[in-house]
Amino acid sequence: MTEKPTLVSEKGLRTDGRKANELRPLKLEVGILSNADGSAYIEQGKNKILAAVYGPREVHPRHLALPERALLRCRYHMAPFSVQERKSPAPSRREVELSKVIRQALEPAIFLDKFPRTSIDLFIEVLQADGGTRCAGVTIASLALADAGIPMRDLVASCAAGKADGQLILDLNDAEDKEGEADVPLALMPNSNAVALLQMDGLLTIGEFDQVMQLALDGCKRIYAQQKEALKAKYLAIKEEAEEAEEE
Amino acid sequence: MPFLLENRQIVTPGDLLAEGDYLSGNNTHRDDSKIYASRLGLVEYKGRRVQVVALNTFYVPAVGDLVVGKIVEANLHGWTVDINSPYTATLKASEALNRPFRPQRDELSEFLDVGDLVLAKVIAYDRTRDPTLTIREPDLGKITNGQIVSVSPAKIPRIIGRKGSMITLLKKETRCSITVGQNGLVAIRGRNQGDEQLAVLAIQKIEQEAHTSGLTDRVSEMIRTERGSVG
Repeated sequence: MTEKPTLVSEKGLRTDGRKANELRPLKLEVGILSNADGSAYIEQGKNKILAAVYGPREVHPRHLALPERALLRCRYHMAPFSVQERKSPAPSRREVELSKVIRQALEPAIFLDKFPRTSIDLFIEVLQADGGTRCAGVTIASLALADAGIPMRDLVASCAAGKADGQLILDLNDAEDKEGEADVPLALMPNSNAVALLQMDGLLTIGEFDQVMQLALDGCKRIYAQQKEALKAKYLAIKEEAEEAEEE
Repeated sequence: MPFLLENRQIVTPGDLLAEGDYLSGNNTHRDDSKIYASRLGLVEYKGRRVQVVALNTFYVPAVGDLVVGKIVEANLHGWTVDINSPYTATLKASEALNRPFRPQRDELSEFLDVGDLVLAKVIAYDRTRDPTLTIREPDLGKITNGQIVSVSPAKIPRIIGRKGSMITLLKKETRCSITVGQNGLVAIRGRNQGDEQLAVLAIQKIEQEAHTSGLTDRVSEMIRTERGSVG
């Protein structure tokens, strides 16, 4: 047995040098796949994930179509090279579950009843994984949906918090997720202040849980601010260019 | 309470646009007295009405719309038509022929075959039924020459312009006949390839810069300089 590594140092710094309530460096891009109706890309620490949205479009196979609302189909998938040990490309039990969890986190945010008999197909492809991919997946999936022009109640921002070495920490990385004491992924619809996803793995006291929840909510709100910027950035760049050309 | 945001500011889904006695316009939704954005777009306040001009959408059919469609299948009694929408349309033989349709004698692929493009009008559509089209009106029917440009359906109002100002300018400056399908497909027919190419470039510029101001002037300037360089 190898000994459990130190996750939080005596100075209160984590393995990647962050403080307890600090997010990983986050980079969001929107509209990077021209074949998809909507797309987004995230780099969050060492995570690198792509999301693509197709639709609303005709449902194939036909019998799956719902008469009252659109069908949201979601596929979360990890590339074989996304982790140290090669991952089999076939969907694992974990991936099937995450697909469902992500779908259920997004369903309340979309006006599905406006487009009966159609399907919205969402693909989340993890290129490099470093913990917290379900949260990052929800975050960019909602950006890709907004980019596709699908009407939504709200964006969905997602972030995890947990406990490692007895300390409550925000935005867990892979080591903290695996070796730590608890992991609480949370997704939030910030304007309606509604929780769209809440899971917990590990052990926390009730008091600790309340604090972790507060940490994660705070993280979601910070991510939400960056989501808005990323969506606007695509169009603001063109606007500035055009206005510069005007002045010349 | 006054408006919360500046006119024509970019908003994202879920942004609070107004609170109080306002009407919820396009691409917005209401929760009690609060009005939120449902799409990424530019917010517009017009009197009591609050709306969002979307930056990207897909085409949802509406009765009376002019559309450009592509035949994907010829059946016994009509055609299946792709109209660049979540729902595929049907064109009945009786809506295409100028005489009674005789199923035993008439071979439909002789009139319109797979891959043909048609200019058509939506005559029926609701959320329970796929749209049906007609081409039994003047100027409708098979598109035989010219070019098609595909743009996002969200940009169609911008190509037409306020009271048709943009489209009038385009037609005059490029000397092409331009038919705008509400589903984001624009049919262009000119006297020569150069004119058509110019119209294509202009429409692509409008799509790219649809959310900026002073676009009409920039487009007319672009057409003039392009024409100057071609000769």
